[in-house]
Amino acid sequence: MEKLIEYLQFPFVRYAIIVGVLIALCSSLLGVTLVLKRYSFIGDGLSHVAFGAMAIAACANLTNEMVIILPVTILSAILLLKTGNNTKIKGDAAIAMISVGALAFGYLMMNVFSTSSNVSGDVCSTLFGSMSILTLDSEEVTLCVILSVIVVAVFIIFYNRIFDVTFDENFARAVGTKVSKYNLMIAIVIAVIIVLAMNLVGSLLISALVIFPALSSMRLFKSFKSVTLFSAIFSVICSLSGMLISILAGTPVGSTIVAVQVVAFFICFIIGKITGRS
Amino acid sequence: MAQIKVVDLAVGYETGVVADNINFEVNKGDYLSIVGENGAGKSTLVKTLLGLQAKMGGDIIYGDGLKAYSIGYLPQHTSVQKDFPASVGEIVLSGCQAGKGFNPFYSKADKALAKENMKKLGIDDMEKHCYRELSGGQQQRVLLARALCATKELLLLDEPVAGLDPVVTAEMYKLIEDLNKEGITIIMISHDIANAVNYSTHILHIGSKFFFGTTEEYKKSDIGALFVGEES
Ligand SMILES: Nc1ncnc2c1ncn2[C@@H]1O[C@H](COP(=O)(O)OP(=O)(O)OP(=O)(O)O)[C@@H](O)[C@H]1O
Ligand SMILES: [Mg+2]
Repeated sequence: MEKLIEYLQFPFVRYAIIVGVLIALCSSLLGVTLVLKRYSFIGDGLSHVAFGAMAIAACANLTNEMVIILPVTILSAILLLKTGNNTKIKGDAAIAMISVGALAFGYLMMNVFSTSSNVSGDVCSTLFGSMSILTLDSEEVTLCVILSVIVVAVFIIFYNRIFDVTFDENFARAVGTKVSKYNLMIAIVIAVIIVLAMNLVGSLLISALVIFPALSSMRLFKSFKSVTLFSAIFSVICSLSGMLISILAGTPVGSTIVAVQVVAFFICFIIGKITGRS
Repeated sequence: MAQIKVVDLAVGYETGVVADNINFEVNKGDYLSIVGENGAGKSTLVKTLLGLQAKMGGDIIYGDGLKAYSIGYLPQHTSVQKDFPASVGEIVLSGCQAGKGFNPFYSKADKALAKENMKKLGIDDMEKHCYRELSGGQQQRVLLARALCATKELLLLDEPVAGLDPVVTAEMYKLIEDLNKEGITIIMISHDIANAVNYSTHILHIGSKFFFGTTEEYKKSDIGALFVGEES
């Protein structure tokens, strides 16, 4: 406990925790839609693309890696959504192709061009998250905060339409809702969330951040609103405790958060079974 | 002027035309039943009327103040997934998304409309219930209430009584009849020819044979005599 208070004295620790909580909030909000729309695989594919983009950015020695990662990921999200709608090219095959390709290229680039002496360490931290998000510089923190605020705002403003296109796309289209525009918006927001979450848990563990809160919540609640609210709370609590544990125990942030989520999921699962809610 | 006038319409998918040479019109207050064998293209026709499916030829003319997207739709198969967490209230309210354009919020009037329609269909006590835990008949009512929120003019119902027991089916027909009496135009796909002939003012028969006319004309026609005779 003392150790924790001591750590919290440092502003950068506090910033990191704020950023972590915001990222967790964002990823959980859209998680419900992602799971229900069967888009969770897109999240997975995109995280690999983001890894590839990060590798390129690292090799180009860019000071601000976001400049490359964000547009590349958004572009891929739009592409994946388009091919997912196209019945001629199999959606999941396209995603597998892009994501594995990006992963391979990313690793190759890092190996061949990297100036760093510790390539495997670099790769490991992009895949599983850095040893701690404490290494974020103030510029990254600001960007994260701005992006998360935008994501949360977009979600709140378009909450009703997101429900409409998630629940019944055909009905929405029949009564004149611009379904493809909203799908596009959702894809872009997903891309932003993936890039944000990469800072927190690394690209391999992003899916967990998106999926676990939604799945846990769906065990316990039955309306869209309550599921969304609970998954936000679930996600914030899990990542907060995950971060605190990792500070105290010196464990890697990303995997600690995900481990906490897995445990919490099983608790929800059991409560759901006992109360007969699912 | 007719609310919907269809001229030489052909409907189908990229794979080919399913039904063509369809001609009919629907006027305000009509109750039109669309009948025909499985695979005749009834659902495809309805989707084309809604603009969910591109037409393959001919014309659909909307008139008499029927605005684009002011048609309430009850699909044959909902794309709703089994595990979707949504309450009855949320689903009915989502019918109010019609004509919202870029306004993302629901007004007090929208919420009142949703309440009113739930009451009308006798599901107001289930507002907080989970949709996926309702019986088939209750689910149909929820979707009908949603469709009602989307329109004051015309309802397109694709087999609203499929899979319902006789009692609930009779209730459903009664409900639809009441709505029709309130002035809402009904277009309904049905395999239940006896009831279709009973309730509707007009019949459209597509498939191997084509017929469009009033119910009386249908009963007298060869094709009508054949199908109605089969039923009784
Ligand atoms: N998405 C689709 N793509 C291609 N063909 C389709 C599609 N949906 C339906 N069809 C075909 O179009 C034809 C008409 O289908 P439709 O659903 O309109 O029939 P229906 O008259 O509604 O039948 P039912 O009484 O069984 O509901 C069928 O032969 C079907 O195989
Ligand atoms: Mg059909």
